[in-house]
Amino acid sequence: MSKTKFNRFFYDHLLNLLLPLLAVLAALLVGALILWVQGVDPWEAYKAMFLGAFGSKNGLADTLVKSVPLMLVGLGIAIAFRGGVINIGAEGQLITGALFVTFLGVTFGEKAPGAVGILLLLFAGALMGGLWGAIPGWLKAQLGVNEILSTIMMNAIAIQIGYYLLRGPMIDPAELAAGTNIPHSARLPKNLDMARFTDMAKALGFTKRAKELGIEGYAGQLYGVLVEPTRLHIGFLFAILMAILVYIFLWRTTIGYKIRAVGLNRQAARYAGINVKRNMVLSMTLSGAFAGLAGAVEILGLHHRMFEPTSVSAGYGFTGIVAALFGGLHPLGIIPSSILFGGLLVGGDKMQRAMQIPQVLITAILGLIVLFVVSTDFFKRKLQTRRISEEAETFFEKETGAGEEASA
Amino acid sequence: MTQELTFAVIIIGILHSGIRLATPYLYAGLGEMFDQRAGVLNLGVDGIMLMGAFFGFYAVYQTGNAWLGVAAAVLVGIVMGLLMAVVSISFQAEQGISGIGLYMFGLGLSSLLFKTMLGTVEGVQGFSELKFQITQNFSLYDIPIIGPIFFNHSVLTYGAFLLVPISAYVLNKTTWGLKIKAAGQNPEAADSLGVNVTTVRYMTVILGAALAGLAGASLSISLLNIFQENMTNGMGFIAVALVYFGSWRPYGVLAGALLFSTVNALQLWAQVLNLPIPSDVAVMLPYLLTIIALAMPFRRAAQPAALTRPFTRGDN
Repeated sequence: MSKTKFNRFFYDHLLNLLLPLLAVLAALLVGALILWVQGVDPWEAYKAMFLGAFGSKNGLADTLVKSVPLMLVGLGIAIAFRGGVINIGAEGQLITGALFVTFLGVTFGEKAPGAVGILLLLFAGALMGGLWGAIPGWLKAQLGVNEILSTIMMNAIAIQIGYYLLRGPMIDPAELAAGTNIPHSARLPKNLDMARFTDMAKALGFTKRAKELGIEGYAGQLYGVLVEPTRLHIGFLFAILMAILVYIFLWRTTIGYKIRAVGLNRQAARYAGINVKRNMVLSMTLSGAFAGLAGAVEILGLHHRMFEPTSVSAGYGFTGIVAALFGGLHPLGIIPSSILFGGLLVGGDKMQRAMQIPQVLITAILGLIVLFVVSTDFFKRKLQTRRISEEAETFFEKETGAGEEASA
Repeated sequence: MTQELTFAVIIIGILHSGIRLATPYLYAGLGEMFDQRAGVLNLGVDGIMLMGAFFGFYAVYQTGNAWLGVAAAVLVGIVMGLLMAVVSISFQAEQGISGIGLYMFGLGLSSLLFKTMLGTVEGVQGFSELKFQITQNFSLYDIPIIGPIFFNHSVLTYGAFLLVPISAYVLNKTTWGLKIKAAGQNPEAADSLGVNVTTVRYMTVILGAALAGLAGASLSISLLNIFQENMTNGMGFIAVALVYFGSWRPYGVLAGALLFSTVNALQLWAQVLNLPIPSDVAVMLPYLLTIIALAMPFRRAAQPAALTRPFTRGDN
């Protein structure tokens, strides 16, 4: 590879990968400092975190389970950011999606045949989340309302609606009968449970456990994740499928192209005859739809009932932003990025149990990652501009040099 | 007769709470107004408030001196502001996102420190209400109606209201205020006239963050005298919205702060009085009001032209 070629590869591709990694490392370093000040051995804490998230069958399965909502939310965030609107409202969109799915599932679920019912409910969740995202999108396009602030307010409103419904109309009749009044809904009928990996493996004929087959060590754990009973459900495959679809949508369709054009340069897009306002509403709606979908998958695949709104959304609306940014706002980058951050959440939980370090440390580290990732953009732009101008300089030197020879 | 008396008591109670609850909104909103007038949107106010609330509380908890709590809150606000300034001004990060990062950092760290350093919810003796004792047996508090509404607040509350005319004076009557407005309206022109845009923006972001820290402390060592995880509950974001609502003017922020705190007070009293409104719906009101306020069409004209736009000194 020639020097120019390597330079291009390095500055245009490798840098996009290296800088976010550096940002995460820097955030973990600050986290280590915080731990050290608290009198905890950072090395031990991080080891517990990493092994908790990736070291065992159950840890790994939990990591993948948590990566599902992150992936779906992250995809929505990527669509919004690519379209030039900032959606901080994924929490609320996820909650409204989950509420709507729960309501429909509990009310009409018995009659719905499994697979069709699940698909319809996934669509319903996306619809509700999309609606919750369309409102701030419309307010921005028509009335110039700052979408960051309106989406944050919509989060708070969704949480309150959730509490209201779960304490009132949607409360589990069993809770009322028992008089405990815990705000959660009835369980959705079992025919609406998304299949788990272990069910799929059984259907495909893998019935033996790793031990029985004599697969040992880490390979055994990996085999276990796929075949043995864990919480991992096919929502994971669904999320990956969605990532591929979003990639095709953004880069291979006209609508996707328009959304990106509006995000890159609103004025230029307008001159090119693209309806900027409509595309802004569209990207917010789609963004909300993916968050709503995340809510639907959490209910159908994992919880099977709705409970405290903030526990269902579990900060995925914010962590999803981090996952999307770390994944370079690229649908395919968001897949590994979501798994990484799913692992961070699971690992944080394990660290809390093993070493009594509050899990909120992870929130602080996530915040630092956001700060560092958006800061590295500046250096990336600088380095890339320098690469281009250097290349242009050598190009012109060659050209003028050749010109002089010709004239001589 | 008793009916009328309770009605008067309720009205006085609502107005008193309205003034009291405006305190954090005023500190945070006025601070954020300076940031935005200089062209920087700091969305991390809520995170800074939480850090200020914790450190203020912790200082009072350890020393028993409320003023040391204020100092601690302002100091941690300055540190957070410096972080925000480096990221948003020097590194020109997208401000909508960097602020969310700062919020998450503040939320996480304040909760972590609370859990490891205190563990359980405890109360402190923070600032107490001033009664303005004039003579041995007369205080301004004794004046009927007016006394209980206006003369029963802590020094931090009076400070917050005093900050309004001070902010207006600084912004409109001083050179520094002019520089702030120039940096936010047309940084290139300001630069060509010898204003150091970067310095001005750094100073306003740090000032805004110091005030946000104080806003947090006003909750934890004056209004409530406790600390809880995420005790601001999105107040910082509402404070950012107040700046939009108040058309980037100190008295506009004051009007917005009073409106929101009164709605908050109404909401609290509705729960106290057992009115037939579900509390979950009542809690929603301030957030709904924020969206409606932001949608008001006549507010936008005043927006600083260079808000969220980073400034680089060009070669030309």
